[in-house]
Amino acid sequence: MTVTQTRPAASKPSTPRSLATRKALFGNGRRPGFLTYGLLIAFFLASAYPLWWSVIIGSRSNEALGQTWPPLLPGGNFWTNVGEVFDTIPFWLALGNSVLISSIITVSVVGFSTLAGYSFAKLKFKGRTGLMVAVVATMAIPTQLGIIPLFMLMRTLGWTGEIGAVVIPTLVTAFGVFFMRQYLVDVIPDELIESARMDGASMISTFFHVALPAARPAMAILGLFTFMTAWTDFLWPLLVLDAGNPTLQTALSQLQSARYVDYSIVLAGAVLATLPLLVLFAVAGRQLISGIMQGAVKG
Amino acid sequence: MTTTLNRPAAGKAATKPAVTFRQRLSVFDLKVSPYLYIAPFFILFALVGLFPLGYTFFVSLFDWHLLRGQGEFVGLQNFQEVFQDRFFWNSLFNTMSIFLLSTIPQLVVAISIAAVLDQNLRARTFWRMSILLPYVVTPVAVAMIFANMFGEQYGLINNILASFGVDPIMWKNETLPSHIAIATMVNWRWTGYNALILLAAMQAVPRDIYESAAIDGAGPFRRFFSITLPSIRPTMIFVVITATIGGLQIFTEPRLFDPRTAGGTAKQFQTTVLYLWEMAFQRQNFGKAATIAWILFLIIVLFGVINWLISRRIATSGDDRGGNRRARRRKRPVAPAAVLPAVGAQPPAPSADTAGEPLAGPTTRSGR
Repeated sequence: MTVTQTRPAASKPSTPRSLATRKALFGNGRRPGFLTYGLLIAFFLASAYPLWWSVIIGSRSNEALGQTWPPLLPGGNFWTNVGEVFDTIPFWLALGNSVLISSIITVSVVGFSTLAGYSFAKLKFKGRTGLMVAVVATMAIPTQLGIIPLFMLMRTLGWTGEIGAVVIPTLVTAFGVFFMRQYLVDVIPDELIESARMDGASMISTFFHVALPAARPAMAILGLFTFMTAWTDFLWPLLVLDAGNPTLQTALSQLQSARYVDYSIVLAGAVLATLPLLVLFAVAGRQLISGIMQGAVKG
Repeated sequence: MTTTLNRPAAGKAATKPAVTFRQRLSVFDLKVSPYLYIAPFFILFALVGLFPLGYTFFVSLFDWHLLRGQGEFVGLQNFQEVFQDRFFWNSLFNTMSIFLLSTIPQLVVAISIAAVLDQNLRARTFWRMSILLPYVVTPVAVAMIFANMFGEQYGLINNILASFGVDPIMWKNETLPSHIAIATMVNWRWTGYNALILLAAMQAVPRDIYESAAIDGAGPFRRFFSITLPSIRPTMIFVVITATIGGLQIFTEPRLFDPRTAGGTAKQFQTTVLYLWEMAFQRQNFGKAATIAWILFLIIVLFGVINWLISRRIATSGDDRGGNRRARRRKRPVAPAAVLPAVGAQPPAPSADTAGEPLAGPTTRSGR
C-alpha cells in the first residue's frame, strides 16, 4: 500500500501525494472496520428488538410470557389477537380520528407558520425584530401546562368529546414560525419579491407565487414532524375525548386498562397502531433523517 | 429601486385619479399585509397558548372543583398547601430522578452512536434509519411494550434474569427499578433521534482540523475528546434543553406503566404531571391542580433560564475550537452577535438553539 502511494508522489511533486495520504489516513476513502459494524448491529438490535418482541407476543398467547426462554419467532395467533383488539376498542374510528386530527393540525400549523415565517423573513414592517424575539421566546414556554383552563373552556363550549377540542390547542406553534422564517430568509432572493411587486402582483399573490413554491421543502419537513407530534399526543386527547370516540393513542391505552391484561392482545394492538407510522417511516424515512439533521445545523 | 420610485410618479402625471387609488391600495397592501400574515399566529397563540397559562394562575387562587366550578377566593393558600404536600415533593423527586436517569445515559450513548455513524460507512442511510426506528413508535405503544418487558412475574427481563439465577427485580413496586424502567422507555425512543442531531453537528466540524491533529500525532481517542466533543458542545446543550422541557413534563410513560394506579401503589413513580392529572381529574381539585401546573411552569422556565445562561457561555467559548483560552475570552462578547444576526437577543448560537427543534421541540417531547 505505502509503496504504491509514495510512487506517484515521487513522480508528481507534493500535492497528489498528500491528497492520497490524507484520504488513506482519515479522509473519506478510509473504510471503518469490523468493530464499527459490530457496534452498529448492536444498536440496530437494541432499536428493533422491543418491536420484534411485541410482534412475537402479539402473535402468540399470554402463555408465551411464562416460558423461561423467550420465544424468538412469531406464532400464528396474530389475526385472532387482532380480532380481539377490534372487539375491545373502536379501532377504525380511532384510526380515522387520528388521521383527521393530525391532518387538520398539520395543515393549520404549516399554513400559518409559512405565512408568518414569510412575513418575518422577507417583509419589512415596524416591530419586526421585537415580534420575532417574542416568537422565539415563546418556543420555550410549556403551553401544555395550560390544560386546566383549556379543559374548562372546552367543557363550557360543550366541545368535549369532539375532534375540535383536540385540534384547537395546537393550531399554531411558535417553533413552526421560527423554522419557516429561518428557512425562507435565505432561500428567497429579495429581488424576486421586488420584481413580482413591480409586475403589479399584490402582496398575497406574491406570497402564493413566489414564497410558497420556494417554501415547499421546508413545509414538507415541518409537516412531517407536526403530524408525528399530533399523532403521538396522549394527555390532551385523553382529557377531552371519551372512550367512545377516541384517538388511536387513547384507544390503545384502553387495551391496557382492562382489569385483566392480556398482553398478547395489548401488544397486537401496539403493533397494529405502529404499522401506519412504519409505513410512513419506510416512505419518508430519508426526509425524517435529513429533517432532524438539517435542523441541527441550520434551523 | 430608483426605477420603481420613478415610474409611478411618471404615471401619476398622466392619469391622476385612477392611479392614486391603486397606489393607495398598493401602499395599504404593502403596509398592512405583513401584520395580517403574522396575525393568525399571534392571535391563536395568545388564545390557546398564553391565555390558558395565565388563567391557570387565576384558577390557582381559588377553591375550584371539577364539577362545582369556581369557589371561594383563597389567595395563596393552595400554594401553601402544595408546598406542604409530601406527594408533591415526591412527584418532583420522581420527575428529577427519571429525568436524570434518562438524560445522562442517553447523551452518552447518543454521542457514541453519532461518533460511530460519523465514519465513511457502507449503507449509511440504512444505519441511520435503523437507529431512528424507535422514534416512530408512539409513547403509548412504547409504554405498553416496555410495561410488558418489565413485568414482575412474567416479564421478559425477569425471565432472562431468572435463567441466570438472578432474583426477579420488582420493576413496578420499587422506586429505583421503576424509575429505571421508565427512563428506559424514554431512552429507547429518543437516543437514536438525538444521535442524529449530534451526528449532524459532528459532520459540521471541518475535517482538516482532524487531519492536522492526526499529523501532530493525536490518536483517534485524543481527537475525539479534544476536537469532536468541544465542537459539538452547543448541540449537546441543545439536546439537554429539549430533554429538560420534555422530561419535566413526562406523563404517558408513568401513566401507562401501571395503568391501574396513578404512578404506582405507593406513588413510587408518580411524576409531577401525573400528580397534576390525578389532582385535577381524580380528586377533582382544579384549584390545587392549577397550582401544581403553575409551579411546574415556573420550574421549567427556571431550568430554561439556567440552561440558556450555561449554553451562552459554552456556545461562545466552544465557538473557536483552535484558539487558546485568551483568544477565546477576547472573542466572547463578539461571538453571539456574529452568530445570530437576525434574531437579535435570542438564545445564542443557532447551532445550539435552533437545532432540530421541530423534532425535539417542546411539543414533541412533552410527556403527553
